[in-house]
Amino acid sequence: MPDVVIRTKGLRKVYVSGFLRHKFVGLHGLDLEIFRGEIFGYIGPNGSGKTTTIKLLMGLNFPSGGEGEVLGKPIGDNAVRRHLGYLPERPYFYDYLTAYEFLHFYGSLHGMTKGERNRKIDELLPLVHMERARDVQLRKFSKGMLQRVGLAQALINDPQLVVFDEPSSGLDPMGRMLIRDTILRLRDQGTTVMLSSHILSDVESICDRVGIIAGGKLQRVAAVSELVGADVESVEITLEGATEALLAELGAGDGHLHASGRRTLTVPDEDSAQHLVRKALDGGAKLVSVVPRRESLESMFVDEMTAIDKSSREAKR
Amino acid sequence: MKVQAIALTTFREAVRDKILYTLLFFALAMIAASAVIADLTIGEYGKIIRDLGLAAIDLFGLMIAIFVGIGLVYKEIERKTIYTIASKPIARWQFLLGKYLGLVMTLGAEVLVMTVGFLVQLQLTGAGTTGALIPAIWLIFVELLVVTAVAILFSSFTTPMLSALFTLGITVVGRLTAQLKELSEAGDAPGLELVASGIYRLVPDLATFDIRTEAAYGRPVDWEYVGYATGYGLLWTAVLLAIGTVVFQYRDFK
Ligand SMILES: Nc1ncnc2c1ncn2[C@@H]1O[C@H](COP(=O)(O)OP(=O)(O)O)[C@@H](O)[C@H]1O
Ligand SMILES: [Mg+2]
Repeated sequence: MPDVVIRTKGLRKVYVSGFLRHKFVGLHGLDLEIFRGEIFGYIGPNGSGKTTTIKLLMGLNFPSGGEGEVLGKPIGDNAVRRHLGYLPERPYFYDYLTAYEFLHFYGSLHGMTKGERNRKIDELLPLVHMERARDVQLRKFSKGMLQRVGLAQALINDPQLVVFDEPSSGLDPMGRMLIRDTILRLRDQGTTVMLSSHILSDVESICDRVGIIAGGKLQRVAAVSELVGADVESVEITLEGATEALLAELGAGDGHLHASGRRTLTVPDEDSAQHLVRKALDGGAKLVSVVPRRESLESMFVDEMTAIDKSSREAKR
Repeated sequence: MKVQAIALTTFREAVRDKILYTLLFFALAMIAASAVIADLTIGEYGKIIRDLGLAAIDLFGLMIAIFVGIGLVYKEIERKTIYTIASKPIARWQFLLGKYLGLVMTLGAEVLVMTVGFLVQLQLTGAGTTGALIPAIWLIFVELLVVTAVAILFSSFTTPMLSALFTLGITVVGRLTAQLKELSEAGDAPGLELVASGIYRLVPDLATFDIRTEAAYGRPVDWEYVGYATGYGLLWTAVLLAIGTVVFQYRDFK
């Protein structure tokens, strides 16, 4: 039996807000299991209940019903937090602390000794490319830099489980790459990762399993390989120096002509791609790239959401 | 250990903030200006300078207690710093207590600077010190402990605007307890009496901490009273923090 790191049963959150005590169900009875060592993608559109789930798991909010366990202890257990890492959505930290002081502070909240903290900070700062900003106050940091010290604080205690809430939102490509690399490194170390995101391509390429949530309800949990059609739908081949005559001979149409003079042709399957590439090379063209297109999680997701939307509208009728 | 880390961080954060220096600047300016006012006022020169100096320490101490105190806790929730802190292995009471102690350190430093400025002023103007000045400043500090605890209690569950209003209200009412007591014993309007005696019992009597007039006049120190007032202040502080902790324990962080 696999080792369960997060388990919830009927976990529910009802938000009561405003003077009129307006009630809103942020999360409907969630049943979820996340296993040790996996990277679990938690995806859903904005307002679907991702952050709500995470805040309940972290003990920041109290559930209105149901129960949950993290690392074998009921949620909110103080001792378990020693082994958790958490990067909230759009994090802000103290303005007037330097990155170094900030990480020391968070390390001491974990009960780490000064020596342990020093060692870990020296290890983490280069990993998040922040060595040079070590003694700069956080208020002078850009959003991306804040996210990077945020990443470092989430890892300061060598956690067994790290929860990232939309870590890539608002980051530049470099920042996203860093988050991605960090998560992959965590996986190599056997750390369990829960990653909430609406950037589906990120989730698709690094997660083992995904849970899809919409309207506060978990819609589906599946392995990424199950969700994404492994079959190639089409292959795109880009060539350089393909003459009109060669194109006619290849018989794959005119394709798409790029400003650089390169041309991208699309063929339906891998066999015809092989065939076309051979002919093109024989005809004196240069091969730039061959890209197989599969049904991506993105289009899956859109299909799924449309279906949910439709069924909920039908249910209302 | 963890409480200490939070307290030190809070102190660090507060003393690097410009707002503290702005308030401190005005406090020292007011202490300095007391010489001019004393010159223009009929009455005993030294007494007026001592009186105004103590009033400045009290007023600016309160402003720092209320505004910096409320700002620090609320900012953490508003800006979600609390998310990462509360997800660490610390209890919520440790967080609140650490915040409180950090604020007390900040206030202590502030009162110390104002006191030094005040003593320099007394020296320069030749106004002279009295034996009760330091006990009077000590009791101002004890008053600040109580008011800070009130501020922390309110900001543990409500918005900074409301916290500031409530804390300010309690501070004002707390200083008028003598009048409230009188009102509750007046005997001509039973409804009003009831309200007055209710408020009188529910609010810390901040007038207890005011021995400024005695100090300004140079009357001898009643150490027994200073001890009593200190105990009274610490008791209120403990009660307020305990309530704040319970409230904070079960709240959601939005
Ligand atoms: N404190 C709150 N009070 C009332 N409603 C809330 C609160 N927090 C979140 N919600 C609502 O709950 C739903 C889920 O929010 P959230 O979990 O933040 O979504 P996500 O993280 O997936 O974008 C949203 O409709 C949001 O408006
Ligand atoms: Mg969210």
